Amino acid sequence: MGRLFAVVVTLIALASATIFALHIWWLPPDISTHGARIDRQLNETMVVAGVLFVLGQLALAFFVWRFSTREGGPPRPSRAFPGGPTPLVVLATVLVGVEILVLTFVGSKVWADVYQTPPAPGALQIEVVGEQFAFYFRYAGADGKFGAMHPELMNDATQNFFGLDPANDTTARDDIVVGSLVIPVNQPVVLRLHAKDVNHSFYVPELRIQQDFVPGMVIPLHFTATKPGKYELVCTQLCGLGHYNMRAYVEVKTRPEFDQWLKERAAEL
Amino acid sequence: MIARVVAGLVVVSVAGATAGPSHLPPPAGTISGKVTYTGTPPKMRPIDMAKEPACVTDHPTPVMTQDVVTGSANSVRYVVVYISGGDQGAPAATDTVRYDQKGCLYIPHVAVMQVHQPLEIFNDDPHSHNIHPLARVNPEWNKSQPKGAPPIRTAWDQPEFIPVKCNVHPWMHGYFAVLATSHFSMTDSTGEFSITGLPPGTYTVTAWHERFGTKSQEVTVAGSETKTANFVLTARPY
Repeated sequence: MGRLFAVVVTLIALASATIFALHIWWLPPDISTHGARIDRQLNETMVVAGVLFVLGQLALAFFVWRFSTREGGPPRPSRAFPGGPTPLVVLATVLVGVEILVLTFVGSKVWADVYQTPPAPGALQIEVVGEQFAFYFRYAGADGKFGAMHPELMNDATQNFFGLDPANDTTARDDIVVGSLVIPVNQPVVLRLHAKDVNHSFYVPELRIQQDFVPGMVIPLHFTATKPGKYELVCTQLCGLGHYNMRAYVEVKTRPEFDQWLKERAAEL
Repeated sequence: MIARVVAGLVVVSVAGATAGPSHLPPPAGTISGKVTYTGTPPKMRPIDMAKEPACVTDHPTPVMTQDVVTGSANSVRYVVVYISGGDQGAPAATDTVRYDQKGCLYIPHVAVMQVHQPLEIFNDDPHSHNIHPLARVNPEWNKSQPKGAPPIRTAWDQPEFIPVKCNVHPWMHGYFAVLATSHFSMTDSTGEFSITGLPPGTYTVTAWHERFGTKSQEVTVAGSETKTANFVLTARPY
């Protein structure tokens, strides 16, 4: 039984490693200017973690195979690790700790390059509200100014998802609010994320962007999409009963298509 | 002598009518009219249902928001007109009110019912809904209905205008108008309404609209006549 277990562990470890090594079930193609760095970091992490994972599983299989006792057979003599188990545990802890620290420092730099740098000047500003269970997006309209948000005026019934006060705030009257994120290709974009109720997350795998919404915080997020198309945006923070259905679409259009789309939305106001 | 006989017959006849012989229906009047607006109503906008592709398919042309639906000559749809004062009571309605979730919309946008009247809520869509009546006087609740789930059977105990939302699709919005009276009507696409079966009396008639508020007027109905009561609601663009 012990030897069967060793074989199964080995097979599972090798099969898992193969799936990752051959990029079966991998991320969709990257469509962002920053994505290559994320992908490189992800690869490095997978290689380091993957090698240790396979070595660890093979070691486990080896010891189970070598020292397992057959049912009804004579007991095998147990052999202690030289110096007792303590040095082994300390060594393993230090090795894993160093690995995690290195990955953290290297990874943090890549993360900071994406998330903590200022957006390009002239980036398209878009406000985002995440609420149970949908995303809404707001463009400033012809005046280039966003109307102020008044949480007490937020009302799904009247489609006032941003709590605008157009009766008293003229800058809010031309704000364009839609349920899909439409952006021009190769144009830097800055989103400002607002959570209406609980934590949500903005995740577009193709954009290599994942950022939480946090109630009470306005979180900026910038990126540039490089390929026109329609991509799914999903919430990746369990936010309630309808979380499974909290999604929207990101539509990356050419500049003329985007301008035309914006014009049509403005005409609906 | 002849005059006395005639007078006697008249008295008997009137007394008979007042006593109300069981084979004669009681006089029932009607109040009808039209609801219009003055001012500038808010512009309705297309609803973006992109997150639910099945609902996008259901509507080849985008559906507009329904909180203000106006027609020709400034008529207003989905106005609940009801007797708010002077009601002489009527048996509670027992027929079931049907409310549908279809194509990610509530149909009808406003469902009018009497307190304790049976209400059945259906999910006709190939995906889940979570209906959430935002009641304040009655108990508030929300219930999930996956695809193919049986209808929710319920009723309301207190009169209230209850906004209804879907917790999965934020744009879904409707109303339950729960009334104490059995005498009510809702304006159609021409803004017209008709409240029938009213015994003679003086009534307060109220028109309620979710964005334009309420207006009331006194109407006296005698016999089986039809009285006209028009309402003009005040609209604001925002």
